[in-house]
Amino acid sequence: MGTATTTVTDANFATEVLGNSKPVLVDFWAEWCGPCKMIAPVLEEIAAANDGLVIAKLNVDENPITPGNYGIRAIPTMKVFKDGKVVKEIVGAKPKSALLADLAEFL
Amino acid sequence: MSEATRNLIIIGSGPAGYTAAVYAARANLAPLLLEGAVTAGGALMNTTEVENFPGFTDGIMGPALMESMRAQAVRFGAEILTDDAVSIDLSEAIKVVVDGSGNRNLAHTVILAMGSAYRELGLQNEKRLSGHGVSWCATCDGFFFRQKDIAVVGGGDSAIEEATFLTRFASSVTLVHRRDSLRASKIMQERAYSNDKLKFVWNSEVTDIVGDTEVTGLQLSSTVDGSVSELAVSGLFVAIGHDPRSELVKGQVDLDDEGYVMVSPHGTQTNVAGVFACGDLVDHTYRQAITAAGTGCAAALDAERYLTEHVS
Repeated sequence: MGTATTTVTDANFATEVLGNSKPVLVDFWAEWCGPCKMIAPVLEEIAAANDGLVIAKLNVDENPITPGNYGIRAIPTMKVFKDGKVVKEIVGAKPKSALLADLAEFL
Repeated sequence: MSEATRNLIIIGSGPAGYTAAVYAARANLAPLLLEGAVTAGGALMNTTEVENFPGFTDGIMGPALMESMRAQAVRFGAEILTDDAVSIDLSEAIKVVVDGSGNRNLAHTVILAMGSAYRELGLQNEKRLSGHGVSWCATCDGFFFRQKDIAVVGGGDSAIEEATFLTRFASSVTLVHRRDSLRASKIMQERAYSNDKLKFVWNSEVTDIVGDTEVTGLQLSSTVDGSVSELAVSGLFVAIGHDPRSELVKGQVDLDDEGYVMVSPHGTQTNVAGVFACGDLVDHTYRQAITAAGTGCAAALDAERYLTEHVS
């Protein structure tokens, strides 16, 4: 089973996220974060159903630079980047309906 | 959408809900469990090592314990829906539970196991700075406070556990407590007092959280003489207790003054026939994974007896 989300790293963040022509939601997550695991399947569903928004996952354990650059102090934090800029921030796990409402303008 | 009437719907996961599901499924009741859209697994999903759940000599990680309980319920045929119960009608013999997708789920009996939710300080800047230095989950967010000075507010077991855990990352952790002694258990207190990185500020309340885009400090007020001071920290972890998540059933089953669902003495029966409650939702006193599992088991047995006597 393939995944609809993509994985980004410190190394490819500039090209895959900042330089992307589509809006990109970056999910900052880690293995040891319970709420991150709970929203993972929801993000897969949203990614599978929406071509207009790229959903990218960044593991904060393996990629310390990007979370530092964007002042991440909690996970899960989801930031939407458009034309290289942060245009939306969602902190904490939410039900799918609430996430869809938050992301409505990008879907 | 109309559907067949089930024997049992369990609302909420955690040790109480999953244990109720294990027992009910094993008794061939084919229960439906609504485990919650983002709260599946309950409070233990935000913990690390659970050292006192019997049977695990060397401890077990909270999320791993919950995954095992869930898998055990599934093995016996429990149907699990990763969704919330958004409304409920317990007024008739057949109960109606509406899930987050708007589906009406019908059952002869309902077990309430929604647990509790962490308490907020209720300060104006708390929400604004949530995720920017204010946190309720040390295991999730402690990582981001390496070599930083941070604070924990609270005085119970979970406050001490969080503070102790956070010393792995932070340069210093200051525990702010409004009394002059800890409520936490002896073993937790001893651990706290022997930790060089842990400092204590007694008789103080957090009255404001300071910071423009992220937390830079706290305003503390003395509970003794009202004097105000500032504490420079870049993070605040809130561990001041929990409230029962009984909003869903408010006005339909009897709650006590603090919002806990009231049940029969030594049992799990609420004041509504066919509706049972268990776990932290009913428990003022013990609030442990093992006691929640115990009352979850009792609720399943009570529901099974009710079904035998009233339904089949």
